[in-house]
Amino acid sequence: MPLSLYLNVAVVGILTGLVYGLMALGLSVIFGVVRVVNFAHGEMMTIAMYIAVTLFAAFHLDPLLMLVPIAAVMFAFGYLLQKGLINRFVTRPEHTQFLLLIAIAIIIVNVLLIVFGPDAKTVQVAYAFDSFQIGPLIVDATKAYAGLASIVVASGLFAFFRFTTIGTAIRACADNYTGALVVGLDVKHLYALTFGIGAACVGAAGVMLLLIVDVTPSLGPSYTLLAFVIVITGGLGSMPGALVGGVLIGLTEAMAGLLFTPSAKSMFSFAILVLVLLLRPQGIMGKRAA
Amino acid sequence: MIARLTDGLSGRALALLALLFAAALVAPLFAGDYLLTVLILIFYFAYTGQAWNIMMGFCGQLSLGHALYVGLGAYTAAGLFVHYGIGPWLGLLVAAPLAGLAGAFVGYLAFRFRVGGVYFAILTIAVAEFARVGFDHLAWVNGSSGLFLPVKRYSGNDLWLLRGQPVMFYYILLAATVAALIGCRALLTSRIGYFWLAIREDEEAARAAGIDTFRYKMLAVVISAAMTSFAGVIYAFYYNNLFPEQVFHISRSIEIILGPFVGGVGTLFGPILGAAVLTGLAETLTSTLAAIGVDIPGAKQVFYGVCLLAVIVGAPEGIWPWLAQRLGLKGRGS
Amino acid sequence: MSALLSVDGISKRFRGLVAVDRLAFDVPEGGIYAVIGPNGAGKTTLFNMIAGVYAPDGGAITFAGKRIDGLTPDRICRRGIGRTFQIVRPFPALTVEDNVIVGALLHRRHVRDARARAHEVLRKLDLYDKREQRASSLTLPERKRLEVARALATEPKLLLLDEVMAGLRPTETDRMVAILRTLNAETGLTILLIEHVMRAVMALASQILVLHHGAPIAQGRPADVVRDPAVIHSYLGAEEV
Repeated sequence: MPLSLYLNVAVVGILTGLVYGLMALGLSVIFGVVRVVNFAHGEMMTIAMYIAVTLFAAFHLDPLLMLVPIAAVMFAFGYLLQKGLINRFVTRPEHTQFLLLIAIAIIIVNVLLIVFGPDAKTVQVAYAFDSFQIGPLIVDATKAYAGLASIVVASGLFAFFRFTTIGTAIRACADNYTGALVVGLDVKHLYALTFGIGAACVGAAGVMLLLIVDVTPSLGPSYTLLAFVIVITGGLGSMPGALVGGVLIGLTEAMAGLLFTPSAKSMFSFAILVLVLLLRPQGIMGKRAA
Repeated sequence: MIARLTDGLSGRALALLALLFAAALVAPLFAGDYLLTVLILIFYFAYTGQAWNIMMGFCGQLSLGHALYVGLGAYTAAGLFVHYGIGPWLGLLVAAPLAGLAGAFVGYLAFRFRVGGVYFAILTIAVAEFARVGFDHLAWVNGSSGLFLPVKRYSGNDLWLLRGQPVMFYYILLAATVAALIGCRALLTSRIGYFWLAIREDEEAARAAGIDTFRYKMLAVVISAAMTSFAGVIYAFYYNNLFPEQVFHISRSIEIILGPFVGGVGTLFGPILGAAVLTGLAETLTSTLAAIGVDIPGAKQVFYGVCLLAVIVGAPEGIWPWLAQRLGLKGRGS
Repeated sequence: MSALLSVDGISKRFRGLVAVDRLAFDVPEGGIYAVIGPNGAGKTTLFNMIAGVYAPDGGAITFAGKRIDGLTPDRICRRGIGRTFQIVRPFPALTVEDNVIVGALLHRRHVRDARARAHEVLRKLDLYDKREQRASSLTLPERKRLEVARALATEPKLLLLDEVMAGLRPTETDRMVAILRTLNAETGLTILLIEHVMRAVMALASQILVLHHGAPIAQGRPADVVRDPAVIHSYLGAEEV
């Protein structure tokens, strides 16, 4: 096979991987701070995707333009979910939290199924068939925009946590729960804020992903699993790790799809997960638990 | 031996058990076709719930990929039958060790490398998903096109080849559930059971008390896996068609854990009670909707989700402990 | 009396921090040996090395004539060393009796034999009357006694007690001391304890080792050790004696 084919597939993998990375970033942020394993992560993403689909079908609004409002809606959803329900479980045993979110995930998937039906839905944007040509590379406009938007959002998130007061406060909670309480931080509120941010992240990623794939209700669980693979590979609790993991998995999937059969590409993601769990459970960029 | 099994159970509890068993024995005489299929489902989930409960409820390891063992059991027995005419009971002799081996594999990976808690759960999901996609590409079982068992019109019930009326499957699953119940009770009151409970409660303290936790965790996983594969064999011969997409799907794994969680993880009767309540209510919901002419695919799943949510929020120990308290049945080790 | 436990030049570093520095001492069989010292002196690290939680970076630990350094905690228990934890770790959902049965099952195949042994041990620790209660419902002193009971049920030759008096009021401390004294006198059980509560140490120990910054600063009979100026300076304080 010609080199240009490999190159093109690799680029697609990287761009998709950036979107995956953004999705996983949301999961990482939630786990890193609230210490809750969000098993409904992919499902929340599909909510955002369906909102975008509906808005597009009704008003022909470009998903990328709708990015900010949809992210805001998801933020509110996440905030309320955490504050109203999940917060009580923060101190409960791990598997209880896990199951709580599984229950939420099941409900989301099937409500979406009931409302929207099982058929795949998509958005046909005006630039759906445009592409950029850079030497031997031919890059779809949709993927290029999605990848770019992911980088922008991720950078914004990093800046938020680094430079703003609230961001620092949230990081303080993550580092030391009791310490944060002692200093007078409203931890419950900050937790809810963080969950909201994670939800907004995954919502944004969903909107971008819509440019690349079609949405069905069963997409949720597959992407939840993918998000876990990415986050564990990259390092649970490490934000750069989530992006690195995302790109790595996106690349692996794309190359596996090329070299083997496309339908088996998820097997490679799982194989990577198993390897990481065994050999380097803290992930590529994670810190080894003391 | 019987004494040890019944020690701690009050006379009341035993009487109730006997009553329920008698009712279950004669149920097919009074139940219509539809109700019979519901009862079959109940005992199927009661049995698989019991098998799963050994790993989680007794030993504290959360498996969210138990569909792997159902699938292995189903496909092994079905494959042997379709290709070589080997009956399911013989097929089970191959399927159960195979599933046990798969469990040992998962267990070894996890326990050798200290993967626990949520990470372990994710590992189990990943392995099941791996199998799902893998079997889609496995020619011996027809991959994603599905494996179909030959079904001829039989006048009677062939217990050896498991060809026959639903009522035969009902009694098999009833027997399996009862056997599982007795088996679990025996295990719980034995040395192995005590060590499992210790590991569940506090693994490090268990080690300090001299327990080889790796060995006993492996035992729990292997037993649980092998037991579950039996359900897979029944599944294959009852439905007569297998698709990797369905059999290994994570929804199957979640369905298995619902009964124990709703009923009470770690208790003996929890999985059975949970299966009965959940399946009973779910089927009532479906038939009610059908009766008023409404067909909502996904309604049952939403119901399951809401039930799970309600239990986690309101009664995290499950329904059984509460019920047992009310009925005055609380003995040791129920 | 020969040495049951022989610690020979063991060290442990944690990333640049030397927790234990070439420590060596012998615990005579049938004796009660106490290890004291300020917080951070390396006492728990020492214990954890003996109990198998960490392997020492160097040196050797010998028990009943055989090397045990580097063995896993469960193997160490099977060799005959029982331990308690500084922060008690009972099996919360199990009854008091069942907690101890778990320990007794180490050397007894059958549950009924283990139960008989458990009852014996519970009587010695004054917990027999509470045997049907859930471990999570016990008070702290009771939980401490449960920890000891569970470890005792494994039929150890050496019992490691990690600050077992912490959090106990004087009367409860005396009770525990009495129990331990009786066990030592009646069964010849060797005891190695980490302790801050000097009242208990003076009442129990036949020998004391004082640690400071991972190294020994005094070793010997209690009367001598508490008068040692280095010990007074680093740990006891002038008024204590």
